[in-house]
Amino acid sequence: MFKLVTFRRFTAVLGGVVAAVLVAVVVFFVIYAWPAIRLNGWHFFTSNTWNLGNLYANPIERNGRMILPGAHYGILFLIAGTLLSTLIAVVLAVPIGAMAAVFLAECVPSQLRTAVSFFVELLAAIPSVVFGLWGYVVVIPFLGHHVYPWMTAHLGFLPFLSGAPGSGYGLLTAGLVLALMIVPLITATVRDALVSQYRGLRDAALALGATRFETLWTVQLPATRRVLVGSGILATGRALGETMAVLMISGNALNYLPRNIYSPISTMASFIVSQLDSALQDPTGLAVRSLGEVALALLLIAVVVNGAARLLLYYQDRTTGTTS
Amino acid sequence: MAAASASTFVPPRQRRRLRRRLTDGLGWTVSTVAFLLLGAATISIFWAIAARGAHALHLAIFTQVTQGTAGGLLNAIEGTLLLAVGGLLLAIPPGMAAGIFLAEFGASRFAPVLRFMSDVLVGLPSIVVGYFVYIVAVVDLGWGFSALAGAIALAIISLPYITRTSEMAFRQVPADMRDAARALGATDGHVILRICLPIAASSVLTGVLLALAISVGETAPLLYTAGWSNYTWNGHLTHEPVGYLTYAIWAFITEPFQSAHALAYAAALLVSAFVLVISIASRMLMAASRRHSR
Repeated sequence: MFKLVTFRRFTAVLGGVVAAVLVAVVVFFVIYAWPAIRLNGWHFFTSNTWNLGNLYANPIERNGRMILPGAHYGILFLIAGTLLSTLIAVVLAVPIGAMAAVFLAECVPSQLRTAVSFFVELLAAIPSVVFGLWGYVVVIPFLGHHVYPWMTAHLGFLPFLSGAPGSGYGLLTAGLVLALMIVPLITATVRDALVSQYRGLRDAALALGATRFETLWTVQLPATRRVLVGSGILATGRALGETMAVLMISGNALNYLPRNIYSPISTMASFIVSQLDSALQDPTGLAVRSLGEVALALLLIAVVVNGAARLLLYYQDRTTGTTS
Repeated sequence: MAAASASTFVPPRQRRRLRRRLTDGLGWTVSTVAFLLLGAATISIFWAIAARGAHALHLAIFTQVTQGTAGGLLNAIEGTLLLAVGGLLLAIPPGMAAGIFLAEFGASRFAPVLRFMSDVLVGLPSIVVGYFVYIVAVVDLGWGFSALAGAIALAIISLPYITRTSEMAFRQVPADMRDAARALGATDGHVILRICLPIAASSVLTGVLLALAISVGETAPLLYTAGWSNYTWNGHLTHEPVGYLTYAIWAFITEPFQSAHALAYAAALLVSAFVLVISIASRMLMAASRRHSR
């Protein structure tokens, strides 16, 4: 007997909503941003001016579209701010996260491991806006008054570390807080990979006379390479899309490329929050659609980055049977 | 190991041993320091919030609504719970269905696609979700800033977490249980809902708690969907903005008034304490279900 509505089909259709949401969001932003994509072309990514134009003037025609006089949409400064803050975060978080994972996997007895790991994993549970608050009331005054002036005075001979130390809002502050936000992901993944590793690997190296750390550094850590890279890419994706904390501590620069590591920046995600209200004032609607193009670019980066990381981690699961 | 030169008195073999021992000590020191740095940051964050929040927390926070940048947070506490629970109610049916499908019918060709898309959905920046719901629901459907728009945004963010934990939960159920039930003539639906679900329930609940913690802490997807309101909810799902705690943190800390700062700190303490309690509870639940399944 053929049944049209089986339990299997029911879960497939209802569960398919999860996949449909992702497709819907991507398709929506392509359609929504299309007028802006046509108007802006590649200049969108290569020019450095985000200008809504004269909001009180009558719209003029350009490339067959009505647009406010003086309007220009370029987001090079956002791309720079996003990539540089993420770069700082990942460069700090990957080694620190991996080494903290080593401590948890090798130096903490297994009965205490869950409890001690909690200290790091709690960082993943703290909401973005609370990180922003902490950055705003604790980190910025400390860095801006004590650390950055010292850095310009003593490390100013290095490129990007010289120049005005600013007030504490900026690239390095954003990178540091982002690093803390993404580090638990790396620590948890690498720790699990180390703990669930095949023991024979370690024992063989120790039997050959390697010290505990040599074993770890030359045998155990290299064996987790794929997990480390996969979690690093996932962490990169999270840093790229982080909104609230960056909004509160980055200085929200407009049309300004960072000159040094203390410069105020904006990221694509934080820019959407800070500019949506004013973009809505544009009667031609192109400002808000260009902001939609920012969201689309961010969305596609996130899909590519997360997709790549997942494929890498799936492959690891299949080849070694470890869980990620 | 590079060969040691014979330029000093120390015999090369002994020098190498010394160097290896030093490298060993240095390596473990670095890993300990890395952990301590992260632990110190965690403590600094919780201390900053707890110390400032404790000063700001008083009874009026729970009994009064916000008046401008003073008063209490009753409206925001209620709104946060409303949005988070509403989001969960919307996310649990499709999320659990997807998890069950992946665990029970994983051989299907659609399964790897669904799992991959669910995992990519986790990485979607939350502001993009907020922007999407803003244009579609708030503007195009004309709902305005509303509880329903905010709950939908939170549901989209919670979906992949519920999917993933449900899949894990149903995979934990021993295959013997299913085989035994099927041998007695039970259908797919009966096996999954009556046999597997009771066993998987506590693990599914862990995922729901995780999604609840994430929903309570979210800000970006709510700014342009839920809006903000100084009043308690009047029961309307649309056309009525809703306040929530994370908005109070973000908006009030940059105001120049003491009373506004106090509200922001109190809101931060409430959100952090809630997230902390849920994290601990879900961990205990997970440990309990693991013991149970052994």
